Amino acid sequence: MSYIPHTDIERQQMLAAIGVTTIEDLFDAVPASHRFPKLAIPAALSEMEIAAEMQALAESNEHAGDFALFRGAGAYHHFVPSVVNHILMRGEFYTAYTPYQPEMSQGTLQATYEYQSMMCALTGMDAANASHYDGATSLAEAVTVAMEVTRYKRNKIILSPGIHPQYREVVRTYHQGRDLSIFGDETGQAKIQDLIALLDENTAMLAVAYPNFFGQIEDLKILAQKVHAVGALLVIVANPMALALFKSPGDLGADMVVGEGQPMGVGLQFGGPYLGYFAIRNEYVRKIAGRIVGETVDMDGKRAFVMTLRPREQDIRREKASSNICTNQGLMALAAAVYMSLMGKNGLRKVAELCYHKAHYAAHQIDQLPGFQVDRSLPFFNEFVVKCPRSVQSINDSLIADGIIGGYDLGNDYPHLQDHMLLCVTEMNTKAEIDTLVQKLGALS
Amino acid sequence: MKYNEPLIYEISSPGRIGVNLPVCDVPESELPADLIRDELGLPEVGELQVVRHFVKLSQLNYAIDKGFYPLGSCTMKYNPKINEDVARYTGFAGLHPMNDEDSIQGALHVMYTLQNWLAEVSGFDAVSLHPAAGAHGEFAGILMIRKYHLDRGDVSRTKILVPNSAHGTNPATVTMAGMTVIELPSDHNGDVDLEALRAVCEGPEREHIAGMMITVPSTLGLFERGILKIIDMVHQAGGLMYMDGANMNALMGIVKPGELGFDVMHYNLHKTFSTPHGGGGPGCGAVGVNSKLKPFLPMPWVDIVEPADHEDEYPLYGFVKPEKTIGRLKAFHGNFGMHTRAYAYIRAYGGEGLFEVSKHAVLNANYVRSQLKDTYKIPYNRACGHEFVIEAHLDGAESIHALDISKRLMDYGIHPPTNYFPLIVPEALLIEPTETETKETLDEFIDAMKQIAREAKENPSLLTSAPHTMPVKRLDEVRAAKQLVLCCAPIMKGGTVE
Repeated sequence: MSYIPHTDIERQQMLAAIGVTTIEDLFDAVPASHRFPKLAIPAALSEMEIAAEMQALAESNEHAGDFALFRGAGAYHHFVPSVVNHILMRGEFYTAYTPYQPEMSQGTLQATYEYQSMMCALTGMDAANASHYDGATSLAEAVTVAMEVTRYKRNKIILSPGIHPQYREVVRTYHQGRDLSIFGDETGQAKIQDLIALLDENTAMLAVAYPNFFGQIEDLKILAQKVHAVGALLVIVANPMALALFKSPGDLGADMVVGEGQPMGVGLQFGGPYLGYFAIRNEYVRKIAGRIVGETVDMDGKRAFVMTLRPREQDIRREKASSNICTNQGLMALAAAVYMSLMGKNGLRKVAELCYHKAHYAAHQIDQLPGFQVDRSLPFFNEFVVKCPRSVQSINDSLIADGIIGGYDLGNDYPHLQDHMLLCVTEMNTKAEIDTLVQKLGALS
Repeated sequence: MKYNEPLIYEISSPGRIGVNLPVCDVPESELPADLIRDELGLPEVGELQVVRHFVKLSQLNYAIDKGFYPLGSCTMKYNPKINEDVARYTGFAGLHPMNDEDSIQGALHVMYTLQNWLAEVSGFDAVSLHPAAGAHGEFAGILMIRKYHLDRGDVSRTKILVPNSAHGTNPATVTMAGMTVIELPSDHNGDVDLEALRAVCEGPEREHIAGMMITVPSTLGLFERGILKIIDMVHQAGGLMYMDGANMNALMGIVKPGELGFDVMHYNLHKTFSTPHGGGGPGCGAVGVNSKLKPFLPMPWVDIVEPADHEDEYPLYGFVKPEKTIGRLKAFHGNFGMHTRAYAYIRAYGGEGLFEVSKHAVLNANYVRSQLKDTYKIPYNRACGHEFVIEAHLDGAESIHALDISKRLMDYGIHPPTNYFPLIVPEALLIEPTETETKETLDEFIDAMKQIAREAKENPSLLTSAPHTMPVKRLDEVRAAKQLVLCCAPIMKGGTVE
């Protein structure tokens, strides 16, 4: 086997040096009754056989290489410049581990520091960590920070129903063992005003999505002031691509900004690995969970980077740590850093504008179709809700035959939105694709 | 290589851009002016500059692809290149997670098959690939144990036993789940102190024991000799047994944790199954369970929803919600890119090959141990698993610490072992060579360690001022924590969008 390099002679030399006859002799401490079970796993394949098998499995999926994709719902099909993958494929990055030894990890550390800096710029926050597992777990960790900041004296959390349904599920999973009550998303229909009405002295935080799950920008102007008036924290769950265009959450008064970093340089990958970004105001930074990189100097006074605020973490604080997280999505944060560097402020803005214009063009065309009605009650970014004349499933079944992956069926998560489709349009969708979609939908009205 | 690479912001120049984007091919819509931002502090850099910047940064790193990386408990083995290729096949990399189930059957086949292979490796009934990292898998496991007791109406079981040699994630996980830790001491052999365990299991806490978390082989690299007794005592007390599978690289084909009596364990696919570490993630912390805990698995989980008509056809797979699930731990289906890599890895070895992996991981560790035992103090000097611990006190060099030896190893072009873990060994250096290293590489490491032991006595300042050959010298970590500089904000200001 090519990954185990030992020759017979070397094995014998090594066993002799250890003072045993066979490798099996090294396992005497394992109960004999259970030692050396057979593994019923198929025999080894050669590299070319593995490649062929997996290529066939990959191609049996209906993917963005073969289909026009109009689905988002938390995972977005954006252009990833070639440079991103070439950098990710550098073995120096992807075969390294967490930078525990900063002298031999300055590459990972500086790239992470740059990622943190760019996330601060995008969100309007003072500090960002090195990332969490994904947008959903980032939100769950924000809940813990809010509990810490309010010293576990408050146990009420308000979540907007406009936050991704799976993120809200994850918050509930994470905090099932804690004395915590979650309000706001029971009916799936609460508006910002309804959430404000729930605020009280027992509220630790209120979280809203920007844009929300329906692609809409809700009016958040007075929200921060209302949340802060009761001493709670405002968390904004934001699509980072939208932040290239819309006012920063920092401007809107957020205390923490979290979300899914996947739109920036990370492919769809069937849902992962992605990265959860997490940004925060200075006053709360010492409560942040997860890895964070800071600037310092070496013995010669030369600038260098190092993981900092380490004493918060599980390997030192053990059961007193507020989270058990001990990694980040390192390589995905690198992808986002390379992506943001390539795009720069003008490129990212242009991508966001392309998304906006194409989504609005598609929405305008679809709104003209008999039986279809676009929700235009609020401004939207690159996703919008369409009320359909028949079931979303039947429409999607028909579109797939024409090479189109249609929108997300909102009835899955919101009972009041049966026959409502969430369509997503990005810079990857050409006008021709959009026109075909509109034409095919028209035939179904 | 002792250059300073500037920050990406420091090479920014107004008007530069690193991508070619298409012109807008649809009529433009009016932007809602009152909602639009007028600043965006991102750098402006050309494509070649970006490439050079990140290539230079990569060259400041150490990595498995560059050399030996015996970082204990992290299993820094070779990451086969083919795994990177298969994960990037368009049919996987370009697949939307919210696709309809009949259009993702290839991906589900990978997940379903991997679930079963992992279950077979560990002797469990079912595996979920959902957790994103080892710590995430631990969290899933402890939440399942918690819910199992609650489901039976056994509401007083809120405490988890954790040996003092455990990874810090274990006690932190217990707290996250809203439970409390009972710490157990180790005996003079490095095993769990059975008498202390018996005292807890038969004492006033008996009715409060929800379970126990234990690493096998232990974080000292030793196979716990009393493991069957431990499992029996905890089960007798009504608790469930959690195995931290961080050290699974020592166990494949050696013993199946499920057959020993464990109820739940997590796997680190980025360790044992070689999906890369990525500079600190992404990983995958799959969890395996026996039939008791299967209904509590996190969702979603892949199962066959319609059997195949013929043997040579695929069945219809689907995502299933386990009956009493603890719920969803992240969005979508887990770190699928790690599933494809682990699948390819297991395919390359087969069942017999995985047995060889563990045998050679253990052979390599014992070989290094046998060659260093006369130079360094090895506190528990018996046959080890895939790793072993050194107590880095050198007679005649009392001022030298484990950290100094580590920093000096860098000058020999070798990544240091894990420092100061496990906590129960003073000046610990935890050494894990892995099976993919040649005898020559191990011999170079052994020689370097012996040379450093000599230097420690003859010229200790060579160690205390090390490293000498890295891009930077030792860092002022106190300053980093006191004067927090977490973002290069002063450079970023004034980035108006044109």
